[in-house]
Amino acid sequence: MNRTNPEIPVVGGGVVGLSVALGLLLAGRRVHVLDGADNDARASQGNFGLVWGQGKGWNYAPYAKWTSDALAAWPAFARKLVDLSGIDVALNQSGGFEFFTDAAEMEEFAAMLAQQQRHLGNRFSDEIISGDDLRAQMPGIGGGVVGASFSQMDGHVNPLRFLRALRVAVGAAGGRVTMDAPVARVAPATGGGFDLAMANGQIARAEKVVLCAGLGATALAADLGFSARVAPQRGELLITEKLHDRLPFLSSTIRQVDEGGVQTGGTKADAGLDDSETLDVMAGLARHAVTVYPPLADVRVVRAWGALRVMSPDGYPVYAHSSLYPGAYLVTCHSGVTLAPLHASVLADWIEGTSAAPDLEAFDENRFAISTAA
Amino acid sequence: MKIVSRFQPPPKTGATAEFEYEGASITAPQGISLAAALLAHSGAYTRQTAGGDARAAFCMMGVCFECLVEVDGLPNTQACMTEVRQGMVVRRQIGLRRLNGCNDS
Repeated sequence: MNRTNPEIPVVGGGVVGLSVALGLLLAGRRVHVLDGADNDARASQGNFGLVWGQGKGWNYAPYAKWTSDALAAWPAFARKLVDLSGIDVALNQSGGFEFFTDAAEMEEFAAMLAQQQRHLGNRFSDEIISGDDLRAQMPGIGGGVVGASFSQMDGHVNPLRFLRALRVAVGAAGGRVTMDAPVARVAPATGGGFDLAMANGQIARAEKVVLCAGLGATALAADLGFSARVAPQRGELLITEKLHDRLPFLSSTIRQVDEGGVQTGGTKADAGLDDSETLDVMAGLARHAVTVYPPLADVRVVRAWGALRVMSPDGYPVYAHSSLYPGAYLVTCHSGVTLAPLHASVLADWIEGTSAAPDLEAFDENRFAISTAA
Repeated sequence: MKIVSRFQPPPKTGATAEFEYEGASITAPQGISLAAALLAHSGAYTRQTAGGDARAAFCMMGVCFECLVEVDGLPNTQACMTEVRQGMVVRRQIGLRRLNGCNDS
């Protein structure tokens, strides 16, 4: 073992864990990513690939700013991933729409965006576009669309290729990734450090440990004295056969993968750890897609699936260090794709406690204690 | 065409259906699949992948999607799951399908 640069285990090999690992590696640390079991809930393999800011943090300025920083960092991050992994994640950040079929809902969202704008000043600009203007700009938009908001910073990536690019990049940067290595328990060791009990019975000793295992981190985090609790929120998604034509828009619920398929999603349900898809929700997604863009009506859906979002009580990320057991960190969030450029850079400074560390006090878990008390 | 019908012999009525394929007229026994009719006709490729490679029907049971053709204007139709019909107009599926109403490219 290298005593001056001990290996840091990162528990969780999804988008968040791999991003955090990459950041630590680029900061010169040695890292071992421990990925869970094949049938674990894997948001990183079921998500929509949005790089999205619209509406985020409208009611919480630190999250609005953190998200805005991430959006600005994405182009350089995508280039860095190509350099490290040779994989182009198909970042397209040319702006995104939120379509509305209900005027009252659109007004409500416009008010949220106005508040987000106040947090961000000239770093954010959104537009509200009427249904008629949309139809004039983009032939094919359905008559049932009353309008849309548009933000030019929003975009998307190919989410599966992004996951692969991260995995390859971590390897290229000198990190170790072990698949099928669920961590059963993390026990503070006497005299400092941690003993990671692997599901296969092995024990690994570490000075620090970073929990990035999404829904799988719940029990481990509780053992280390973290109070933050994340809960699953099910989203369902459809994908169509691949199309030769390009959709003229990207929205938060309808996106075209760079390979041609059209993905529809954005539903929310509390269903525990059940990630199955349901017929009525699938039908609703298809109806929504055809309402927004009627030319999709005869396009075949080829797959449907459910996936579980990782939601903190207020929906914002949690960056917490254990006060009971120094050296243990909890990193968990819903928007692991959007926030990845920050997780893969300045979050390493926060974990290392360097002077360059961003101020993440607003994302500490003590905010939940306060809200419970209030 | 249902999966179960793939395992039943076609009716031996001697009746035939005539349909158009890439401008040619093909006559096939009624009750057989379009994929079978196209294989019997020439065995030549019936679609091109997005990358331009030639493909023809392979699994004949609705799984591999190699038999995609355009039937009466409907793209990406599985020929092995479609029964031949009198008067149907069939074309090769060339590359990815187009979006109807947006064929400006």
